Parts: sequence; C-alpha cells; structure tokens
Amino acid sequence: MTAEAQAQAQPARAVISRPPSGWRVVAQKEIADHVSSARFYVLLLMLGAAAIVPLYFASDAIRSVASQVQDTRNAFLVLFIYAPSDIPIPPVFGFVGIVAPLLGVAFAFDAINSERAEGTLPRLLSQPIYRDDVVNGKFAAGLAVITIVLVAVVGVISGFGIVRLGIVPSLGEVIRLLAWLALSVVWVSLWLAFGLLLSVVIRRAATAALVGFGVWLLVAIFGQLIVGLIAGIVAPVASAGTIGEALSLTALSETILRLLPLTLYQEASRVLLNPSVTTVATPSTIGQLQQWQQQAEGQLLTFDQSALLIWPHVVALIALTATCFAAAYVRFMRQEVRA
Amino acid sequence: MTTATTRPARRRRHGPASDSPSEAAPIRTRALTKRYGERIAVDALDLEVHAGEIFGLLGQNGAGKTTTILMLLGLTEPSGGSARVVGLDPTRHPLEVKRRVGYLPDSVGFYGSMTGRANLRYTARLNGLVEEEAEEHIALALEQVGLTDRADSRTDTYSRGMLQRLGIADALLKDPDVLILDEPTASIDPIGIAEILGLLRRLVRERGMTVLLSSHLLDQVQSICDRVGIFAHGKLIGVGTVPELATTFGDGAAHLEATFLDGTTDPAGALREVPGVEAAERDADSGTWRIVVRPATESVRVREAIIDLGAKRALRMTSLRELEPSLEDIYRTAVAGMTRGFAVEEVTA
Repeated sequence: MTAEAQAQAQPARAVISRPPSGWRVVAQKEIADHVSSARFYVLLLMLGAAAIVPLYFASDAIRSVASQVQDTRNAFLVLFIYAPSDIPIPPVFGFVGIVAPLLGVAFAFDAINSERAEGTLPRLLSQPIYRDDVVNGKFAAGLAVITIVLVAVVGVISGFGIVRLGIVPSLGEVIRLLAWLALSVVWVSLWLAFGLLLSVVIRRAATAALVGFGVWLLVAIFGQLIVGLIAGIVAPVASAGTIGEALSLTALSETILRLLPLTLYQEASRVLLNPSVTTVATPSTIGQLQQWQQQAEGQLLTFDQSALLIWPHVVALIALTATCFAAAYVRFMRQEVRA
Repeated sequence: MTTATTRPARRRRHGPASDSPSEAAPIRTRALTKRYGERIAVDALDLEVHAGEIFGLLGQNGAGKTTTILMLLGLTEPSGGSARVVGLDPTRHPLEVKRRVGYLPDSVGFYGSMTGRANLRYTARLNGLVEEEAEEHIALALEQVGLTDRADSRTDTYSRGMLQRLGIADALLKDPDVLILDEPTASIDPIGIAEILGLLRRLVRERGMTVLLSSHLLDQVQSICDRVGIFAHGKLIGVGTVPELATTFGDGAAHLEATFLDGTTDPAGALREVPGVEAAERDADSGTWRIVVRPATESVRVREAIIDLGAKRALRMTSLRELEPSLEDIYRTAVAGMTRGFAVEEVTA
C-alpha cells in the first residue's frame, strides 16, 4: 500500500525529452510510403489524364471559346468547366468529382487492416503514442498526398491556360479556384474517411478495397441513374398538370438527387467555378421562375454570393466527412489490439 | 520464494530510484480480471515479478497470457482489479508505461518494404529519439541481436528468427526497464531458439532489466527463467522456481536414472531392496533403469545406498543421476489438479 502511494507520488519521472506528437511521426512515415508506392503513380497518371485529356481535345475549340468569353470576367475559369461538345468528356470538375473518391478510397482502404495483417499494429501501439495518433496520422498523410496531387493538377491546367492561351486569371478567379480546391479537398477527405472506416471495420484489405470501389461505382456512375429513377417515381414531373405543379415536382426530385454527395459536390463546383450560375435549384414557384429568367441575362455573382449559395452543400459534405471519420475513429479506439 | 540470482545493478538513466518500492516489483497485479462477454480470459490474477529476474508465464494457447500482457501495457482495459507496471497504472498512464516497457508482440511484424534499420528508425522517432541519438541506439540494438550486416535489407527478406531478433532490437531501442516478450520462440527452428534464448540471457546480464516472457514451450522456459508462473484458464495456479514447483505439484517422488554394464546380473532385486525405493524398471529401448524414490526427500540417502550396494554386489554401475523434475510433468499435474479441483467446463484447443 505504501509502495503504491509512493509510486503514485512520483509518476512522471522520465519526462526527459517529450516526443513529438505521435500523429506527426505516423503521418511522416505514411507520406513517405505513399509517395514511393505504385498506387501513387497510378493515381497521378489518372488525375493527370483528367487534366490533360480535356485540354488536349479542347485545345482548338478552347481558343474560340476563350475569345467568345473574352469580354466577360471569367475566361480563365472556363478551362475548368469547359466540356467539349463533340466528344463525351466531362469538364475538369466533373472528372475530379468522379476520380477523387477513387483516390480517397485507394489511399485509405488498407490503412489499419494492413497493419493488422503484417502484425505491426501491436508493435506500433506499444510505442509511447496515443491510439488515435495512428488514425489521425494516417488520415492526415492521405489528405496531404492527395492535396498535393490536386494542387499540382490545377497548377498544370492553369499554367496551360496562361502560357498556351494567354488567359491571365483575375484575383476573383484565383479566389474562386482556391475555394473550389478547398471544396475538392473536402470531397476527397469524405472518401478518405470512408476508406479509413472500411479499413477499420473490414479485416481483409482486399475485401475493403472491393467494398470501397463498389460503393464508388455505385455513387459515381450508377448513383445518379438510380436516384434519378427513384425521383422519377416519387415525383413524376411528366404527370404534372400545371406549370406550378411541374415546378414543385422538379424541386422535389432535385432534393432527392441531392441525397447523393456527388450531386452536392457537382452543384457546388458549378457554382464556384462559374459566376454566371446564380442558382443551384430550379425555381419552385412561378414567381421565382420569372425572377430567375430576368437574372439569367449576363448576371455575374460575386464570390461571397456564390459561397452563400452553396453553403448548405459544403456544410453537408463536411458533416458527412466528420461522421465517417468519427465512426472510423470510435471503432478503432474500441477494437481489440490483437486479431 | 527467494530468487537465487544476483544481477549487476542496472545503469540508471533516470536518476536514483533503484531502491524505491516500485523498483522492487516492476510488475505487480492485484485481482486483475478481463472478461469478454461471458468468457473470463483472466481471472483475478495476482502476479508479482521482481526486479532483475526473468519470469516465465507458462500456459497453453488461450490460457490468457497475451491478454494479461496487453493489460500490463495498457493496450486492453481490465474489467477489474489493478495493475502496476514500473510503479504506474497502465490504464491511467499508458504513455509513461509504454515509454519504459519494451514489448515484443506475439508473431511480431515489420513493414516489409522497409529495411530493418528503417523500421527501427520509425520506432525510434515514435519514442522521441532523434538523429544521432537514434542512430546510436539503433546501431547498438542491431549489434546486440546480431543483425548488423542484414540491417539494410528489406525485412520481407528476413527469416522468422531474424524478424524475432529484430523485434527484440525494436523493444530494446527505448532502453526499457522492463522487457515483455510474448512467445519469443514460437515458430522458430531449434537453432534460432537457442540463439534467441542466449541473446535474452546476455541482455539481461548486460542491461540488468526485468523480463517477463510467455511461452507454451516448457523446456525453454525451464532453461531460461528464474521463476515461473503456471497459467491455466485465466488463473495463476502456481508460482516459483522450477524445484519449488516440483515440490508443490510433484507426486512426492524423486526419479533416479542408473545404467549398468551389459551382462551384469539383473540389478532389479538388489535395487528394490534399498529402503525408500518404490519401483525400479528397465527401459527396454535405452537400457537404463529408472528408479522411483518415495518420499522425494530420501533421494540423497537412496543414492548413497545404491552406490554402496553396487560396490558390494559387483553390479558394475556406470552412472547414477537424479532426474531434474521436468516442467512438463509439473505443468501437467498442476493443470490436471486444477481441472479436477475447479471442474472447469471449457476445453482448450
């Protein structure tokens, strides 16, 4: 009893050098791993293609496009929203919307379960770090790497625009571009958090990867199709008798579509990158419709007006990300160390 | 209950605390319990490991050894009871405990794409060791486990034994006061086992640390441990040195082994005449005689009597020795006794 009391009296005897916060050491190591891994180069190639391919096909068309919009203030941003009409290639933001989930899942699906499989988890956790340092470090590392790639891709596109087409961005456009980058980082981190959750819950990395890519396929490709179908059943616009009814049914079906995070990201991107988009939703009353038609003529929104328009979208995406990450975090903290 | 070993005083890094009570028992648990639902993995465990000794935790797979170790490291929360490791509660001060306790997990793993040295560097950084200090510690630890020349190959080219040695180096990096090894010799070939046990003995001598190791391989535990705890169904059913355990759990008999030159007259009758000899039988394969002496305390007198008898009757005896009680026998009697006594329903695989 006295022994214990005495031991309690001098608990922190060896605080000689406070170790750097554990998550940073974990993140450092994970970044080094990511950057030297094959998947990093594969994904660099994919995103590179996302940037270069639309530019390549559009290099002729874009000059005329650029000259058309020369007089407006958003010529630079056209690079990111231009979709060639003769070939079915999505604009840059559309491509990022589809590829980013893949990136997120690919960088996180084996974060925890591979440590289990290799038998490194008990060793790692027996070091003087907190348990959440492992999840936090891994999440931070994935986010850092993907952000670097995203920034590089946007840099390449901007450079192309400035050098080849001679379009110099205005301050407003730079701000919009940065805001869109931030939105894309949130979009990626949602999927990173989802991948992390899979890696905590599913013990086999291969299964986690399959589930992750399955969900990605569902959301990115079939999602809008399926949700569109459901919306068509719940809110059949064609059956509307009056314009008023048609408008409210359209609004309903749009709301249903927005249950898909991909819709949120795409709408928000469109608003951020195109100041002439003044609304995310089809007007739901005739009065709103008239108002909208009047506004549509050459009206450009300022950045804060656009930001206000997509604020709910951003909040929803952040909330989803936080939910996924929290689920992964809690599960990991409660899991037994050994298999 | 005294430990017969004297070990050199450990070189102290953290100041003068070597004679404080917490140092006297680096590991101590009181009624430590872990429940998984209905199943009780560790049942009211009272364990005390003294400073500077090698303590062997002995038990079958699933007896609760690993669970106990995880609780000692603060990696699993106990359902009841308390633990003190280096004088601290691992549940409340996990970081401090983990800073001073080196741990070699059961079937330890390393990042296969990194070299042995890079793996250790990661551990060093997690322990707050930087640059030259880290490199120094790494070089020293690698040398101690004899991996210096393979340190710069990827760990996925290592054999199981090398990984195990790297694991020990990994645990030594933080210069721990206590080393906890979970099945350090599992799935290693006999030569590798001998290497690892030799290494452990040397390390304890050189660094003067306290070692707790778990194993289900009994003869190894016997050869290396100062004291042994027998663990079954989450309970510690016996603690002590091997001879102590033999008296507690033995059947009260001592065993002698004798050999005679071929062609001698059958010594059976002569042997059985000696008072205290319960049985004497010839093993057909080896040709040696096994003599059971009861009670065990008579063994010295019986040995003398047999030597006298051999000379008197010209039995041409070539050897006579007392058989060390095998830990395996002790273990078997202990577990059997417990199973009878407690009517344990579970069947361990």
